Amino acid sequence: MSKRSTWALPYAIFLVLFVALPLILIMVYAFQDGAGGWTLGNFTKFFRDTDAINTFALSLEVAIENTAICILLGYPAAWILSNKKLNKSAVTIVLFIMPMWINALMRTLATAELFHMLGIQLGKGTLIIGMVYDYLPFMIYPIYNILDRMDKSYAEAAADLGATPWQVFWKVQVPLSMPGVVSGIMMVFMPTVSTFAISEFLTNNKIKLFGTIIQENINSSMWNYGAALSLVMLVIIGITSLLQDNKKEVSGGIV
Amino acid sequence: MKGNDKIIEFRNITKGFGDKCVLNDISFYVKKGEFLTLLGPSGCGKTTLLRLLAGFGNTDKGEILINGVNITDVPPHERPVNTVFQRYALFPHLDVYENIAFGLKLQKVPTDEIDKKVRKVLKMVSMTDYEDRDVESLSGGQQQRVAIARAIVNQPKVLLLDEPLAALDLKMRKDMQIELKEMHKKLGITFIYVTHDQEEALTLSDTIVVMNEGKIQQIGTPTDIYNEPQNSFVADFIGESNILNGKMVKDRLVEFVGHEFDCVDEGFGEDVDVDVVVRPEDIYIMNRTEGAQLTAKVKSCTFKGVHYEMFVDTDKGYELMIQDYNAFEPESEVGLIIRPADIQVMKKERIVNTFEGEIVDESHVKFLEETFECKPQDKFAAGEKVKVEVKFSKVELIDHPEEGMLSGEVHFLLYKGDHYHLTVETDDGDYIWVDTNDIWDKGDLVGINIAPKDIKILKHDE
Amino acid sequence: MKRFFAQCYIWLLLIVLYAPIFFIAVFSFTESKVLGNWTGFSTKLYSNLFTGNMQGTGSLMHAIENTLIIALIAATVSTILGTVAAIGIHNMRGRGKQAINFLNNIPMLNPDIITGVSLFLLFVFLHISQGYVTVVLAHITFCTPYVVLSVLPKLTQMNPNIYEAALDLGATPFQALRKVLIPMLKPGMISGFILAFTMSLDDFAVTFFTRGTIGLDTLSTYIYTDARKGGLTPELRPMITLMFVGILILLIIINLRKIRNSKTAVE
Repeated sequence: MSKRSTWALPYAIFLVLFVALPLILIMVYAFQDGAGGWTLGNFTKFFRDTDAINTFALSLEVAIENTAICILLGYPAAWILSNKKLNKSAVTIVLFIMPMWINALMRTLATAELFHMLGIQLGKGTLIIGMVYDYLPFMIYPIYNILDRMDKSYAEAAADLGATPWQVFWKVQVPLSMPGVVSGIMMVFMPTVSTFAISEFLTNNKIKLFGTIIQENINSSMWNYGAALSLVMLVIIGITSLLQDNKKEVSGGIV
Repeated sequence: MKGNDKIIEFRNITKGFGDKCVLNDISFYVKKGEFLTLLGPSGCGKTTLLRLLAGFGNTDKGEILINGVNITDVPPHERPVNTVFQRYALFPHLDVYENIAFGLKLQKVPTDEIDKKVRKVLKMVSMTDYEDRDVESLSGGQQQRVAIARAIVNQPKVLLLDEPLAALDLKMRKDMQIELKEMHKKLGITFIYVTHDQEEALTLSDTIVVMNEGKIQQIGTPTDIYNEPQNSFVADFIGESNILNGKMVKDRLVEFVGHEFDCVDEGFGEDVDVDVVVRPEDIYIMNRTEGAQLTAKVKSCTFKGVHYEMFVDTDKGYELMIQDYNAFEPESEVGLIIRPADIQVMKKERIVNTFEGEIVDESHVKFLEETFECKPQDKFAAGEKVKVEVKFSKVELIDHPEEGMLSGEVHFLLYKGDHYHLTVETDDGDYIWVDTNDIWDKGDLVGINIAPKDIKILKHDE
Repeated sequence: MKRFFAQCYIWLLLIVLYAPIFFIAVFSFTESKVLGNWTGFSTKLYSNLFTGNMQGTGSLMHAIENTLIIALIAATVSTILGTVAAIGIHNMRGRGKQAINFLNNIPMLNPDIITGVSLFLLFVFLHISQGYVTVVLAHITFCTPYVVLSVLPKLTQMNPNIYEAALDLGATPFQALRKVLIPMLKPGMISGFILAFTMSLDDFAVTFFTRGTIGLDTLSTYIYTDARKGGLTPELRPMITLMFVGILILLIIINLRKIRNSKTAVE
């Protein structure tokens, strides 16, 4: 029986080769110059390159704005969808989930076409609106999920102890739904901060995001610099996912 | 007994998981055609033993023989045994018929023969007409029947049943007990049954093997086990009993609860400490006190359906449990009589804690992997190996494990009429036995202290 | 009253969300080059799409074909690799299990661009010329974790005695696997396969970085290049509409099956 554990071996090798090694290579390339010598040059280049820094800051800004708007629009939607009194049909839920299944580039393209049709000038405004279009379902879904599965007796217990409906919402349901919000943030923030094609479509190449810079460098054979930029992004992603773990513990404490 | 009557033989089976020894040198045999039950509390090793017999897991030491053939290394699918699992383990993707036919199909039995056999066992377990049903649509009792049918259709030499009735409700359990017993008679094959339910074991079995902590405590017929428990564990586990400290004054005379009683036991010697077991239904209780062996005052009286259960305080301050068809008012004075044949005297497993120890210096000794202060002595030199004795009543238990010299967990407890006798397992896995008047529960974490004056140091071979 | 406002909010959000697709669908039935300019009903864009009769000489059809074939191969290989791995992981203990679970989570947590760049560097490092094979390998990399995570819960939910019961009834380990274990894992494998398939269909970034320079196009990369050339090729409008309808039907089937399953479970 215990021999069954060896069945994981092929996949373990596969993971080392196609997951671990490539990530290590990003680090190796990031600290090397084109000739293979060790250097910090790629990073100093990045910090001196005002264009790159500005793009980096803009990417973070857009990602944060997009995430915030998605929470503001998505939380009430998820709350209504999960509330049996306010929403009885399962159709609306499927309608909200469905866009997640459709190719993101296609959806973005459709949105950009709509802007065209309406004669809206493409720019930062359309970038953020378009991203909200793309990622709103990814915010609604996890929040809806956690609200839907939440034991109704929490709210009843709070009401029984004298909380008004408003207090029940703010003091019980919102704190308990935080894990859903956090995974929504992960599902929205991470792709937005790392996106590259979407921003090009939505701004007609006027605004570059950090992902685009990485892509341009890799495509023009500046692998080492591209790797260094990827490493910077990995750090951002790493920090965000650390936040998630901490949040989980905090919310566990509340429960 | 002829050798070929033994269908299964366990020889010195030892098995551990990690540091924990689950089975410790188990040896016994099973007679052909008998209904044998492995009985014990959860974690006693009974299920592990059954799984070893079925072929799931390897022994660390020892061997298993079926019909005299060593099958220790034979994989499960080649063993002539079939198992009825605790949670049935029916294949959810197959219907009732396909579940039962699973084993036969693997043996490439012709289809018409499979059909005949499946119908026969379905009839046997009263599940005819259920062939096409989805197993998950069946009730617990029906699933159990299918699980039994699936096992016996292969005509195994031995049928293994791992707590098969544990998941059923009481009524269903009683019915199934009767059916299992009948099925055993009809099939004529050997049943090995695992349970923690002593009543089930007493009802069903020809032979009961009582197990605890990976060791066999007693093997015998249900009557033997009930009437003549060999140690206080068996006495406590099987049925209800009063277990008391006693002293064998001489052959056929034993003293306990402060009185001397005639008994039927001999051969213990004179003035020897023993354990005495008296079943609560074996104490005669009456309103008169004249002619009684001892008197007592009724503390409580509870109706239990068939009988009343009473707790009484005896004239010498011991508490006894008595079952009788008549009720006696609390606070009333009663007389008690115990017949010689109803007194079960058992040799004590131990009368004092003994540990292997090593002298550290003239006032310190090391045992149980901890250094204890002891009375200053000059008989033994530092580093000398010694035997350490501590009386049960001299071991002090405290609430906070971290404040004790040692810490441990209460593992087993026995009420002995006027005090509790506890088995405490230390964090290092050693056992220490304690007599106390304080009330502890099984699983309590405790600190253990021993005063220097209570540590008795003896020569190693004494 | 509260319910009315709530429903208004939900439907308003849905209308706004679906507006682009709605207009794309409407204007897929006209021949106009740009959205918003209705030049009369026509199914020409649809027929163009299927006959490949358009500028780029059927390269769109070619891209669709590539997308489907890659998704099929990647999903199939992932399902096999992931199921075998899940059985192994389920039987592992301790550090090894933690390590493999950790690695398994990385492709799901990593943004596509990082997965793409890292695999690009791997192929460069190993001097593997990039093309069809590297794209398929890359897709297997980010698809398999989803299969593993779909199959593992089926294993943990399974009564551990089930496998033993098969052995007990005389099945060899291989027969027990084929006749009992695999049938029981099937639902997990199917949902893993569907997830992997849609992940692969959806992917743009990873394909973009691992396809090399041989001119291999999937639907995503085709759209990307096409859109960068300026404007949406009109034939993509029926394409998007058809995909949308396809997914709609798929979701309805899945949801109906779920409802039916839960009903039989109740019975």
